[in-house]
Amino acid sequence: MDQSNIAIELTDVDKHFGAVHANDKVNLSVKTGTIHGIVGENGAGKSTLMSILYGFYQADSGQIKVFNKQFRATSSRQSIEAGIGMVHQHFMLVDNFTVLENVILGSEGGALITESLDKARIELTRLAKEYGLEVELDVPVESLSVGMQQRVEILKGLYKGAKVLILDEPTGVLTPQESDELFRIFEALKKQGVTIILITHKLREIMNITDHVSVMRAGKMVAHRQTSETNPEELAELMIGRKVLLNINKTKAKSGPPLLVANNLEIHNEQGLKRVSEVSFEARSGEILGIAGVTGNGQGTLLKALAGILPLSKGSIKILGETISPEITLNPEQLRNLGVAHVPEDRQRMGMIADFSASETALLGYHNDKEINQGIWLKRSSVKANCESIMEAFDVRPTNPDLKSSNFSGGNQQKLILAREFERDPEVLIIGQPTRGVDIGAIEFIRKRIIEMRDAGKAIILISVELEEIMSLSDRIIVMCDGEITGTVDASDADEATLGMMMANALISQEKSNEAQL
Amino acid sequence: MTRDRRLSWINGLLLPLFNVLTAFLATAIVFILINVNPIEATKILIYGAFGYEEGIGYTLYYTTNFIFTGLAVAVAFHAGLFNIGGEGQAYVGGLGTALVALYIDPTLSAWLIIPLGIFGGLLFGAMWAIIPAYLQAYRGSHIVITTIMFNFLASALMVYLLVHVLREMGQMSPQSKDFPDSAWIPFVHEVFAGMGIKIAQSPLNLSIFIALIFSALVWFFLWHTRWGFAIRATGKSNDAAVYSGINPKKIIVVTMCISGALAGLVGINELMGVQHRLLLDFNYGYGFGGIAVALMGRNHPIGIIIAALLFGILYQGGMDLAFEMQNVSRHIIVVMQGLVILFCGGLEYLYRPILIRFLAPIEASE
Repeated sequence: MDQSNIAIELTDVDKHFGAVHANDKVNLSVKTGTIHGIVGENGAGKSTLMSILYGFYQADSGQIKVFNKQFRATSSRQSIEAGIGMVHQHFMLVDNFTVLENVILGSEGGALITESLDKARIELTRLAKEYGLEVELDVPVESLSVGMQQRVEILKGLYKGAKVLILDEPTGVLTPQESDELFRIFEALKKQGVTIILITHKLREIMNITDHVSVMRAGKMVAHRQTSETNPEELAELMIGRKVLLNINKTKAKSGPPLLVANNLEIHNEQGLKRVSEVSFEARSGEILGIAGVTGNGQGTLLKALAGILPLSKGSIKILGETISPEITLNPEQLRNLGVAHVPEDRQRMGMIADFSASETALLGYHNDKEINQGIWLKRSSVKANCESIMEAFDVRPTNPDLKSSNFSGGNQQKLILAREFERDPEVLIIGQPTRGVDIGAIEFIRKRIIEMRDAGKAIILISVELEEIMSLSDRIIVMCDGEITGTVDASDADEATLGMMMANALISQEKSNEAQL
Repeated sequence: MTRDRRLSWINGLLLPLFNVLTAFLATAIVFILINVNPIEATKILIYGAFGYEEGIGYTLYYTTNFIFTGLAVAVAFHAGLFNIGGEGQAYVGGLGTALVALYIDPTLSAWLIIPLGIFGGLLFGAMWAIIPAYLQAYRGSHIVITTIMFNFLASALMVYLLVHVLREMGQMSPQSKDFPDSAWIPFVHEVFAGMGIKIAQSPLNLSIFIALIFSALVWFFLWHTRWGFAIRATGKSNDAAVYSGINPKKIIVVTMCISGALAGLVGINELMGVQHRLLLDFNYGYGFGGIAVALMGRNHPIGIIIAALLFGILYQGGMDLAFEMQNVSRHIIVVMQGLVILFCGGLEYLYRPILIRFLAPIEASE
């Protein structure tokens, strides 16, 4: 291979975190001006590798060359100087700063910032034209859509002179249309000679956009492929080391009576902002109702209200013979006793307690159960035995109830939470992001279990940002945008394009009204 | 040994040990700066705390107070609350104890009066904590600010009460009349004398057993009841608590009441045990000391007992040190306490990376 057109070259990069071998003699070479995908399960070491490249961590051993120069970064500043830019999964933007202010953050120059602001404005206008990255410069970042904020992140990288851009799961928060737009930007950047490293677990993206792809598994780089010479099945197999079922076989739903009827709901979130309005739907026994939408369009708020965490401002929910209204509330515990299970969207903060042992995480929400309490005494032996049995039922590994919850992998944490909620035989299941940050092997397992619950006659409400997940699991789909339902479709009639249009529907009309105001 | 267990050893034992040793090292430097031989000073300090019967008695008597306030701070910590109001809660709790002792029919049995005195301390301590707790839970005022303000309020209130209300008629000093004998908690030397064993007189009284009983109760409550679980869950993750149906606002109020009640027990040791009357500033320094004790004891009753003992040693040994050595002032205790707080609290994880790196080769070999 010609040495001159290699942007990044890693040789035998090794990194330990205590006993965890996060990167095991990793080799990678990325050609200048290409789009290089890196795929791997959660915990495969992709993020660690990129963090080494971006100067957050230092490798224990191994060599890194950036544009043929030896490179060893101890801070992100050095990486930026070497021409590396990174767009994180969670944006690093100051919400109430304008786009321009965000871009110069970290390179303000002298004591007064007017000069660097003027310089940045000229430079950004040029970059925007060159790469098709038009963004309004003088509006606060918080008023921009997620897709636009991402552009700001990319512009930030380019402004600082990045010739290599690393993007970590960039499409997780985007609508399909916004993703397409992002990929168009990638192509433009590539034409200008910018190298792009794309970290993702979405194989379809890899196939559509990248030139090369490298696969990581358990800290090792297991394969490098030309994208044109591989296929999703092969990549999935490489990622987890065995064959996987990417499509789920499920029978047609045998819908029964509605177990949950939501009528004209209006809900305010914790900050008192109205996030859901005029939402009505019903969830039937033996059926999975999928709620699709871009993150932050009210689905999360709706989920919390269904689980009893947020009160209703208007409307009512009829659930298993009880009625919830703005006047009559049921708390999460009362709902649980009624037969409503809730797998929260935010696993780390809500579904479990990282510092608690697995058995205590498995106790969350059920600590008042009669079986484990004797008078004032909470019987820890019963708690542990119970945890052990649900761990076995859901194949949670390691099967150790005393292990700290945070020491389980994402997939096993999620399985533990699902086990806790499923094993009490609820009638209605409210499930948020069941497979977010979960490895492929566990995804398969979790999806099968959800379908089993459906077939056992439970009513399931599923919220996910993964359109593919909603489409493959649900029997009926409702789409939310800006707190309202913008469409209801049968899963058999659903395709990505129509769902995407529905997901963006209100956004587009809102932008139009904004423009009209301007 | 598993990695988990090793980490808990590092966190639970090695870190506090190294932190305390560092604090002592820093103290030694202070000694050198004031022209005191640190080895000589250590000898005097240890002799003062352990070398003779009376010294041991004093050490354990101070320890008792620190156990109460340490437990108080620890319980609040488990709910994610930083209760700096131990000082005031101890003060007002003492008022509760004193009111029982002063106004109860003195002919009643000590078996009734003393438990009622304990109850009075618990109740008044809890009441003094309930207002900051309510303000934190329902009005969003930060508990650190309100509890520290309540310390000053407690101080002013007690001065007023002792000067204008509870002062014994015809007495100049602001203190109440003596408690009746039936409200005295027996001294340990008296109990021993009753058994025919003669030991030196000291303020050490049976309150130390009350402190140990409450340590056991706190341990049971936090780790073996559903309410303890709810408190710990709320402390670790408010979101997870809400998710599981726990009302964090209620937890804040209940936990602060328990915390304040435990601090309120200082009066048992000080007033019913030693002074036998209500007086000014009997609580002085124990509320704040409790913070250091809880930090060092990792908010676990066993750790708290050990840390309280260390503080008892510093208190008693430090007094002797100030007495023996010309250029050491009584305030050296405060300096040592401050250094322990600095290294055990502020710089808690100073040695963690080093220890983990040190243990990594052992892990690799396993």
